[in-house]
Amino acid sequence: MGRKILFVTTDQQRYDAIGCNGGMVARTPVIDALAAQGYRYERAQPQSVVCMPSRSTMLTGQHVSTHGVWMNGVALPADAPSVAEVLHDAGYRTALIGKPHFEPFLDPFLRFTENRLSREPLSDGLTHRGFEHFEAATHGGQGMLHYARWLAANHPEAVGMFYPVLDGSLEVNALGGGETGAPQVWENAIPKEWYHTDWVADRTINWLDGLDADDDWFCWMSFPDPHHPWDPPKSELGRIDWRDVPLPDGYPQTAAEREAILDRKPRHWKAWYEGTLVSNYEAPADWVPATLTADHVREVNQRNAIECELIDEALGRVLAAIEARGWGDDVDIVFTTDHGEFQGDFGLLFKGPYHVEALMRLPLVWRPAPSSTPAPAAVTRPVGLVDLAPTFCAIAGLPVPDWMEGKPLPSSDADADARGFERSLTEWDSVLFGVAVHLRTITRDGWVCTTYQAGHSHDGTEGELYSLADDPLQRVNLWDDPAYAAVRDDLVADLWDHQPAMHQPLRRVEAPV
Amino acid sequence: MTLGSIRHQIRIGRSADDVWARVRDAAGLHTWFPGLTDCQVDGNNRVIFLGSGMAMPEEILVNDDVQRRFQYRITAPIFRHHRGTIDVIELNDDECMVVYSTEADPRTMALTIGGGTAGALDELKRQMEEHH
Repeated sequence: MGRKILFVTTDQQRYDAIGCNGGMVARTPVIDALAAQGYRYERAQPQSVVCMPSRSTMLTGQHVSTHGVWMNGVALPADAPSVAEVLHDAGYRTALIGKPHFEPFLDPFLRFTENRLSREPLSDGLTHRGFEHFEAATHGGQGMLHYARWLAANHPEAVGMFYPVLDGSLEVNALGGGETGAPQVWENAIPKEWYHTDWVADRTINWLDGLDADDDWFCWMSFPDPHHPWDPPKSELGRIDWRDVPLPDGYPQTAAEREAILDRKPRHWKAWYEGTLVSNYEAPADWVPATLTADHVREVNQRNAIECELIDEALGRVLAAIEARGWGDDVDIVFTTDHGEFQGDFGLLFKGPYHVEALMRLPLVWRPAPSSTPAPAAVTRPVGLVDLAPTFCAIAGLPVPDWMEGKPLPSSDADADARGFERSLTEWDSVLFGVAVHLRTITRDGWVCTTYQAGHSHDGTEGELYSLADDPLQRVNLWDDPAYAAVRDDLVADLWDHQPAMHQPLRRVEAPV
Repeated sequence: MTLGSIRHQIRIGRSADDVWARVRDAAGLHTWFPGLTDCQVDGNNRVIFLGSGMAMPEEILVNDDVQRRFQYRITAPIFRHHRGTIDVIELNDDECMVVYSTEADPRTMALTIGGGTAGALDELKRQMEEHH
């Protein structure tokens, strides 16, 4: 009997959303306790700041260019390599419960397996991407996934209680709500017990209950929150008064300050802020960031924090169930997310082609099985989501396959230094309705450096360079400062030395998301 | 701007006449368009049935054997505008290019349908070349 693995992910959660990373709004005692018992990573980065590419990296252990899922709407082929398959082949029982998103959600033809599995469950002995058990959910109560079908079958009155994610034009909705009119804030009358966070935990506990005591298992428990819309159960809103939520350090409080900061960045920043350019489908096309107010930010962050608290509590229930099965000493728990969220930084919400801390610095906690007697540590060296799949192999005592590009996560800075954790790479490519944006980013030696390739708004000479120590809010772009030209050129050269080539032929966009 | 316009194309190693014979068969679209389960044609009206269970009414606008062009529009109310166009273009005696274009308002539907049309072209090529 080996070590079991509970892999817990959230969706679009910032580094500072949890208490152990300095978060001051949401109470997350369960995650904080795991961090205290294991490894807390202070510089964990995604290889993409949108869902499908980032999740494909988690599953494959590959950079975005290698697995080829270069943007939302590009499907990961069903036969792509998968760490779940490696573990299943080694005898692990495997499950994915919650948000998968390796294949497009907008799928009226039902061409993609993920969307068919609620109607056509896996037969005994078959797996999808190495998962023998697959129960899917996403952000609302409608659609083809298991949660939506469960809700429609058992609580049909609740299906329409969620925020309408798409508007009448099938664009991502800009509709505001709550007390401030903040975009994608909504009062959801659904009882907490029926909300997808509790459902994901319930279904996870149910799957674990069906396992034999001596089974080894790998369970990816994937919460759809705190990704927008921010519509937690209304019953929970009393946890935090939005008026008491502090404005984040990253939120410039005057329009003049915001605009001056954005003017120092490549032009697509300001163009989005002013509402003249939208380059990411998940940013509401009809929402102009310049209209965001301080109260909007407070209320968005209140709802977001409540969703984080609900996740923490749901995780606590699952851990209690694991303890009750007698597995507590032999379970590794890895907690992270796929990418971050602006939540007011620079006067922005949501995400897009903007490689800054809000979107690129992620919560990552690894609590090794207590039976392995880990020495708790905070790891400051850069690691990536590309390192997760190799970590799972290492936990299971399996060799890391050649096709994985990451390395098992380090247990300390000394371990990181000894094994060459020097840099993290992040990519962005999008062509939404002819708006082409291409970024390549390296984080190394306390710098974050992004080079832009030619596209809709860029001629290929632009870039961003920030010192994370001197400018933690990334407000002063040093890319064109002659005093830092050598640093910039060294980073760019190192980036291209390590950046994998894009998968060819280029995988095609199958849907917007 | 709310109009989305998507184009996919593919080379097929069969004569334009052979490929056109499949494309012009309005009632047979589901045999090479993955994700469709059935088509029912009544005059210029066609209903396609999607894998998700949705039925989508369409009007056939052009079925031109001379240009080898098939055009149709989805008439479901969710579309403010739709135009689907399939052109079969002769390259030489044994090869043709098939171009499948989609215009839609809301533009999101152009992306969503466009992914399906690309898959359809792949399947059309597979069937036509496999059965040659």
